[in-house]
Amino acid sequence: MSISQTSDDLLLRKAKKLREELIQRPNLVAKKIAILGGSTTDQLVQVLELFLLEAGIKPTFYQSNYNRYFEDVIDDDSALYQFQPEIVYLHTTIRNIRSFPTLNDKPDQVKTLVALEMAPLQAVWKKLGEKLKASVIQNNFDLPPFRPLGNLEFSLSEGKVNYVTELNREIAIWARTHSNFYVQDIGYLSAAYGLEQWHDLNHWYAYKYAMSVNALPKLARNLSSIISSILGKSKKCLVLDLDNTLWGGIIGDDGAGGISLGPETPLGEAYRDFQSYCRSLKARGILLAVCSKNEEIAAKSGFNHPDSVLQLDDFAAFKANWEPKPDNLVQIAQELNIGLDSLVFVDDSRFEREMVRKQLPQVSVPEIGEEVTSYVRILEEAKFFESVSISAEDQKRAQLYILERERESAKMLFSDYNEYLKSLEMRAEIRPFSATYLDRITQLINKTNQFNLTTVRLTGGEVSASLTDPNQVTLYGRLADKFGDHGLISVVAGNIEKQSLKVSLWLMSCRVLKRGMELAMFNALLMEARKRGLKHIQGHYLPTAKNAMVAKFYEELGFRLESRSDNGGTIWGYDIQTAKTPAQHFISVNQEHSNPKENPKEEKTRRSA
Amino acid sequence: MNTRERVAIIFRDVFDDDKLQVKDSTCAADIEDWDSLAQINLLVAMEKEFRIKLNLSEVKDLKNVGDMISVIEKKLAA
Repeated sequence: MSISQTSDDLLLRKAKKLREELIQRPNLVAKKIAILGGSTTDQLVQVLELFLLEAGIKPTFYQSNYNRYFEDVIDDDSALYQFQPEIVYLHTTIRNIRSFPTLNDKPDQVKTLVALEMAPLQAVWKKLGEKLKASVIQNNFDLPPFRPLGNLEFSLSEGKVNYVTELNREIAIWARTHSNFYVQDIGYLSAAYGLEQWHDLNHWYAYKYAMSVNALPKLARNLSSIISSILGKSKKCLVLDLDNTLWGGIIGDDGAGGISLGPETPLGEAYRDFQSYCRSLKARGILLAVCSKNEEIAAKSGFNHPDSVLQLDDFAAFKANWEPKPDNLVQIAQELNIGLDSLVFVDDSRFEREMVRKQLPQVSVPEIGEEVTSYVRILEEAKFFESVSISAEDQKRAQLYILERERESAKMLFSDYNEYLKSLEMRAEIRPFSATYLDRITQLINKTNQFNLTTVRLTGGEVSASLTDPNQVTLYGRLADKFGDHGLISVVAGNIEKQSLKVSLWLMSCRVLKRGMELAMFNALLMEARKRGLKHIQGHYLPTAKNAMVAKFYEELGFRLESRSDNGGTIWGYDIQTAKTPAQHFISVNQEHSNPKENPKEEKTRRSA
Repeated sequence: MNTRERVAIIFRDVFDDDKLQVKDSTCAADIEDWDSLAQINLLVAMEKEFRIKLNLSEVKDLKNVGDMISVIEKKLAA
């Protein structure tokens, strides 16, 4: 039995059995999560645990007593702060609104009431931000169960629907202006569920549940996807079949003229809209790939259809051949340098779905069916691509992969790799963490699996705290070249202990492997350590299922093995005083010029080790 | 399957105990994990299983398995 095969109706009933099975999974990441509720949350926690376990997260929960969240947060000595949660979920609902406007209240009075209503919540958010480094998830308010004023509840300023909308606007503004604060939109969730079903008065009066207990799986799945996203566990790539997935019909038989795509037929219109949806995912940084059983030429011809929204260059990888799909998926993951667990595979064929599930259990395979009109709903319900923020890097990502292809073809022209690197005219910015890049730094720390020495994950709060800690040495690296900007792609950080710098984080996006960026980061780290009068750098390699590529990283930099730990980890030391000249690379670092050709002072020094 | 058997399966599911045998007289004192959390899971599972909606006065008087079966049968007959 698994969660995806258990209907929402049975999840609570089968929760104990499901939990027993899920908790056996390997490589679960432990997280402390506080649930602060304005209504009962026991069943919510029970179901949430299942979804989190399935996502690879092993939660330990703290629950505030029924509707005592305010006291828990405001009291400095409360059990909440002893628990030290990494994630706090504030679950307040329409039931926790203390006072609504009364008929004939003037707009000014309503405004005052909104401020009064928000004050305790804002105090809670502020206090949590001061006391903890946790990420805070606050759900907004659901709409009221009853409307004594009917439709006027919406249009009058003192109407309840209008009032809830105003309160929710305040929550949104807070989210936009504060980091580590995320909103769960239960206003939307409850509408999608159906307000009449959402508000179950029997469950409210009997069990003090603000919404039907039957709605909890939906609420919990949504919450779990936000938590997964905060921890960098969202999916990265949507892999699509072609025939009867991106268009109706068989391209190999029907040709580009014969497939259903575009506004002429209802079916063609539905396929076009599904393509648009995929394209909007690409625009926010989700990679698209094709995996189709077809002749490549025929497969590609489908995108010449005049109504094809997707174009060939929207795809970061394109596999159209007659090999088994699991083999192609493995290749796609390799080409894109992402894990199989970052892939979502969409195929109308049950046979293909089953084969992928069996052979590649890491790949997410939604039961997408064969009705194009259901595809988007099924994808959205599974919440694969939930994201707590959209960085500039996200939006450029698909473009970066296309530039990467151009670089690959440029590489062919050079016999000597160094000549190629020089020709790229690389420019880097390497500086201590700054607030501007907080979101991206946090994202990179939580997403990077392969070039990652310790795979330590940090919340935005923890990253933010390092900005002001004088004992922390932090560096981020941005890289650009003549083809384009890679954005912020590397992070190194450590603590100073006595005269040694203990490097706790060293990671880099695989997009920029073999460019010398890691050497530029090392030089910058050495410089920073010297500036602070340190004598020694200590690096730590902690092996995971994915980071074997950096097992020898410190050795290659000239570190000496100091010790080994039981878990297969290694600790390396570097003596700063005996270090000779910096490592050689072809990246010009921290030069403001936009065109390095006019800048002869390129950093080109000999590597010592 | 009759109501009694279906109720028994709900109990086995909720307490995750395949060998659990329930009688009409079985009550919270007889099953270690039967707390208020389990009570909600039992009642919500019964509402789903039998497609019924328990009202407030019914919910409050369900002290043992027999009470549960009789309220379900009353609802189903109505």
